[in-house]
Amino acid sequence: MNIEERLLKGDKRACARLITMLESNDMEAVEILKRLYKNTGNAYVIGVTGPPGAGKSTLTDKLVKELRKKDKKVGIIAIDPTSPFSGGAILGDRIRMNDLSLDKNVFIRSMGTRGSLGGMSRATWGAVKVLDIFGCDYIFIETVGVGQSEVDIVKTADTVLMVMVPNLGDDIQAIKAGIMEIADVFAINKSDLDGADKTKLEVEMNLDLNENTDYRPPVVKVSAAKNKDIDVLLEKIIEHRRHLEETNKLEERRIRNNKMELLKMVEEDLMSLILDKAVKEDLLERLARDVTLRKTDPYTAKDEILKLVVNE
Amino acid sequence: MDRPIRVLVAKPGLDGHDRGAKVIARALRDAGMEVIYTGLRQTPEQIVAAAIQEDVDVVAMSILSGAHNHLFPRVVNLLKEEGVDDVLIIGGGVIPEDDIPFLLESGIEAIFTPGTSTKDVIEFIKNNLKR
Repeated sequence: MNIEERLLKGDKRACARLITMLESNDMEAVEILKRLYKNTGNAYVIGVTGPPGAGKSTLTDKLVKELRKKDKKVGIIAIDPTSPFSGGAILGDRIRMNDLSLDKNVFIRSMGTRGSLGGMSRATWGAVKVLDIFGCDYIFIETVGVGQSEVDIVKTADTVLMVMVPNLGDDIQAIKAGIMEIADVFAINKSDLDGADKTKLEVEMNLDLNENTDYRPPVVKVSAAKNKDIDVLLEKIIEHRRHLEETNKLEERRIRNNKMELLKMVEEDLMSLILDKAVKEDLLERLARDVTLRKTDPYTAKDEILKLVVNE
Repeated sequence: MDRPIRVLVAKPGLDGHDRGAKVIARALRDAGMEVIYTGLRQTPEQIVAAAIQEDVDVVAMSILSGAHNHLFPRVVNLLKEEGVDDVLIIGGGVIPEDDIPFLLESGIEAIFTPGTSTKDVIEFIKNNLKR
């Protein structure tokens, strides 16, 4: 049996190998996804984001266990940062999910960001498709611990779950632009800590100012480590899904997401096309030098690089 | 290979700390590898499941408790049963000299004992990959 047939039969090794191939830009894997793309679209994708240490992995572990009670098949893509210096990474999200490892209806894959900003790479999008074909009902993408503006996850997920913890900053943090704007559901984790009510209140006050009135993101206090109110949180996620489906917004959102994926792939391919040429012909080096020596200006130099691919 | 080497660093058994495994994990990271770290108290079954899902090139296990003669070969056999034959399996920890020949024979391809330079581990991995 080839890898394609094995994946369709739900073989974990085939699933794992295909993700590896996509991570290494293997064209054979891309051809397989082209053929099997019609088998995707069944999985519901939940993006889990939030600052480092908020408890994203632990919360994902608990949410998945809740879904397993409903007999859903679940995939998890857990992303951790790749070192920009060595290219290596420590992928440690599995530590919080060890007892899911043996469940035959759960597949966990750790991925390094490998240089992509915001952590969402072409390989991540590819892995989502593989898990979808593999037969997952739900796919969780756990992002790297984010700061304030890494909003890439919203371009991939159907529901974005923002995990927050008490006492990370004052209420002005809650009204800043960026990740606070992309959440469909808020979880205030570590709810047993002092300050959880205050954090919830701050988020709620911020939401009061939203203009969108047909959907208001719920804010749920949970404790992942103590397994408290996880079922409430899952219900809110499912309510958001229901809202999207009933108002026809799911398709709208997926069109938007696919647009972003397409643009990102084109951008990547164009970049590598241009850079390959520019670097090979020493153009980049020469132009950077000329700009420094004031022989030319950066704007003219930029046009010269663009001429490598545009013939106008 | 034009992709990072992926290594599962695992602690089978009931060890109380994982200082050594973390030092190795960090050294492999600095050598440009992707290290999947699963933490303490793993069963051989969990290690094999993780190795398969993560599609690793290397399984590196560390044991301090003395259970190596039981747990290391168990992981090797479970991987075999799953039909996985392209993963390099290495071990380390507090392991008496006398036990090493048995472990090598049972399919662990190298045993690194206390005092090993991390450079040696990195070199061994790079030179003995199976795919």
